[in-house]
Amino acid sequence: MDGIFKNNPVFIILLGLCPTLAVSSSLKNALGMGCAATFVLISSNIIISLNRKIIPANVRIPAYITVIATFVTIVELVMKAYFPALNEKLGIFIPLIVVNCIILGRAEAFASKNNVLDSILDGIGSGTGFTLALLLIAFVRELLGNGSLWDIPVSSGFKPMLVFILPAGAFFTLGILLAFFNYMRERNKL
Amino acid sequence: MSIGLFFQMLIISVFVNNFVLSQFLGICPYMGVSKRLDSAIGMGAAVIFVMTLASAIAWILESYFLLPSPNNIWFMLFGDGNNYSAFDFTYLRTIVFILSIAALVQLVETFMKKFTPAMYELLGIYLPLITTNCAILGVVLLNVKTFTSGEGRLLKYLTNALGAGLGFTLAIVIMAGIRERMDEVIQYIPKPLRGSALTFIIAGLLSLAFMGFVGF
Repeated sequence: MDGIFKNNPVFIILLGLCPTLAVSSSLKNALGMGCAATFVLISSNIIISLNRKIIPANVRIPAYITVIATFVTIVELVMKAYFPALNEKLGIFIPLIVVNCIILGRAEAFASKNNVLDSILDGIGSGTGFTLALLLIAFVRELLGNGSLWDIPVSSGFKPMLVFILPAGAFFTLGILLAFFNYMRERNKL
Repeated sequence: MSIGLFFQMLIISVFVNNFVLSQFLGICPYMGVSKRLDSAIGMGAAVIFVMTLASAIAWILESYFLLPSPNNIWFMLFGDGNNYSAFDFTYLRTIVFILSIAALVQLVETFMKKFTPAMYELLGIYLPLITTNCAILGVVLLNVKTFTSGEGRLLKYLTNALGAGLGFTLAIVIMAGIRERMDEVIQYIPKPLRGSALTFIIAGLLSLAFMGFVGF
């Protein structure tokens, strides 16, 4: 369960940054992306952990990529069929879950060495950490940039700052949140 | 494709739709390899090279293996001669493209080591990192989704890939230049902001500057 706070994939290890920045402009997108990535993470962890004694060491990376790509294709087809609006918004970032370093990283570092049950728990932990990080960034960006939360306007007197919806705002938000987490860690150490 | 359209597409994908600063593709290597100018240039060159090659391969796969058309290889082998719409394998794009990129990177590495050791020395260490660079798969998928009409599609794929690669190189070289200068004043910066947090804020400022090309 280290993946949620102590080893949060986004804020501490800086993995999976592209989807984090790109889909965090609203809470809905962030939750959709988080769920999709968590599903792929847990399923690929299960398959890789089950086959960890069969996969030869020197072709392990292509093997992992194939397993991950299979589950991403499943997610793509399900999204297209049941959540067409979300699919339209996330666009190219759904197939790009394949190259999300969090998933390949967990496969390589954890699932290839541990049994199925532990791998599932690890998948849930890292997936939740990723989703929470996405939601936190999306919370800031949607609130400041659009004046709403979950598409519901918060207050009529508030004039939204457009910059937070734009790409620049994503970089600023993540940079400032990172600085905040660094500060908290420094202070807890002392 | 006319020469005018070529430059227009190139400029749009380098400046207006810059891969890193406005489309969020390839952020991981952008943050990781931008500490020094020479390694940033090496990474940029490797990305341009692999992106262009990967787009050419994607064109072959897309037109002869995945899209339902009279040219589809599976249709020619197993079809009944007139109904090719059943041979639509476009849902396999993700898996086919990522495996072809992984194989391509491996091949390029082996070839370079054998035939152009000087170039291998220059780009070698960046090549393995490129398989999981989402900019490569990103440009291939964007190409496939944007340019669906048959006329001159290969050239459009290649132009867009070249532009995306140049845009990535431009962004990473600017960032590396700024970070090298930043080392001289690092002691004036508050401790929690040093390192990645500051890099993100600089990237935000660059992104704002590039927005000028869109014309906000």
